[in-house]
Amino acid sequence: MAEHLYNAPFEHLLRELAPQVIGAVARRFRDFFSAEDAVQEAMIAAFTQWPQEGVPENPRGWLIQVASRRMTDHMRSEIARRERETAVAAETENLTSFLEVETDMDSDDTLILLFMCCHPALSPSSAIALTLRAVGGLTTAEIAHAFLVPEATMAQRISRAKQTIKTSGVPFRLPSPHERTVRLPAVLHVLYLIFSEGYTSSIGSHLQRFDLACEAIRLTRNTKTLLPDNPEVAGLLALMLLTDARRAARTGPNEELIPLDKQDRKLWDRSQISEGIELLAAALSKGAVGLYQIQAAIAAVHDEAESVGDTDWPQILALYELLKRVAPSPMVALNLAIAAAMVHGPAKGLDLLRALDRDPRIAGHYRLDAVRAHFFEKMGDYKAAIQHFRIAAAGTTSMPERNYLLTEAARLAGD
Amino acid sequence: MKYILMMNGKKSDFEGYARWSKEDLQANVSFMRAFSKELKDSGVFVSTEGLGWPSEAKLVKAGKNGEPITDGVFPESKEFLAGYWIIDVESPEQAYKVAARASQAPGPGGKPGNMPIEVRPVLSGHADLGL
Repeated sequence: MAEHLYNAPFEHLLRELAPQVIGAVARRFRDFFSAEDAVQEAMIAAFTQWPQEGVPENPRGWLIQVASRRMTDHMRSEIARRERETAVAAETENLTSFLEVETDMDSDDTLILLFMCCHPALSPSSAIALTLRAVGGLTTAEIAHAFLVPEATMAQRISRAKQTIKTSGVPFRLPSPHERTVRLPAVLHVLYLIFSEGYTSSIGSHLQRFDLACEAIRLTRNTKTLLPDNPEVAGLLALMLLTDARRAARTGPNEELIPLDKQDRKLWDRSQISEGIELLAAALSKGAVGLYQIQAAIAAVHDEAESVGDTDWPQILALYELLKRVAPSPMVALNLAIAAAMVHGPAKGLDLLRALDRDPRIAGHYRLDAVRAHFFEKMGDYKAAIQHFRIAAAGTTSMPERNYLLTEAARLAGD
Repeated sequence: MKYILMMNGKKSDFEGYARWSKEDLQANVSFMRAFSKELKDSGVFVSTEGLGWPSEAKLVKAGKNGEPITDGVFPESKEFLAGYWIIDVESPEQAYKVAARASQAPGPGGKPGNMPIEVRPVLSGHADLGL
């Protein structure tokens, strides 16, 4: 299902090589930040030259050579500039020695880059952009296109992100096992955000966009190869597969949003579901349950049900109770209320929502109104349901969702 | 030459829209989708965005120390931008033609809404001045 990701036959190869090439060039020149730029230029050169000249015999070597040449050019002009500006030379002197570069060639560059790009000091949008470029091997233009912002904006975001990492003084080396444990949640969060960005943007936009959900799955697969024993990495991959399996059923012919309970389950991707369930089972057997495994388990319960009516709601409710203990958040509490309403009836759901009205993190959020509207509809109070659907429609920031909520209100008003 | 085509409405227009029937809403939504596709297929499309509703709008001014002071109370007569298209065409007449097409978006009962569309030229940057 990933073939539509790649326009050119060598694109897949290029993107797999990108992090390795960055690693090699960063080592040679002891400067990750310029190396990353140079490799980006080498990638663009490959995109223009390879279609005409064919893929070189040693593509990795070709890319390293081209990037190294760019680095040398860059350094030469840097030296010339410094000679002109002797006053600032002292400041820039330590630029290249900024990074402690390991000489051990065996350490895995892709993993190093992943931990570097998902640095906790970065804002999520910066970490995402940098990860897609350095680890995913995407061009700045592709990333800009995926986020529907001008290329210059994305280039600036990436260069600021690199500046932030530079300032924080993170060395270009694999974090120690302890550091890795501490920083892994940030890495998984970035991968998760790339996935959910692709997931939300796939609806309502009929523009050709780079498939971020597919890219997130590819990156998480790679991460799982690098960290095969971590159950949360496997849990995240399972969550992505189990959610993405419903993709074809999520939108109607006019790209309108189709909620889970109205989806044609025959359209769900069975092979993705079985792969996700297998991964999840193996992860859960390791006994270190975390938030991604629990969310994957919830997705699995939905995916295994023949219909909404057949869904094992008591199990989903139990999983949300567990999730609330492991990773409490107002959104988890909201989903818990939905599950509770399915098990104990809408009145119970409304009860739980009232508690959320007092939580400033979610009070007034349109999703509270949307869920409340569904509960009122189930109770037969259509007037209240219509009112809450309309309030939710005015508050959402997604056009397809607004259309959906308005249509729900209109459906009840018309009955 | 680029033109912006703006669809405006008073608060009451937005509230009215929220009360359209299911069929009318669906007809309007599919018209808008088809319209954007037409623009793209004919090679004039630049961009389009739909905006959040007036209930989410705030007027912001800087206070004494530059801090934001927000106000969300507007007169009933105020027109709000609902959404816009930017197109790249050869002449203003061509822009008016596209705007007229947008104005035909179906309203209640499936009849053309004939909403007024404000058309304005989008000025170019300094590139044209050779700076």
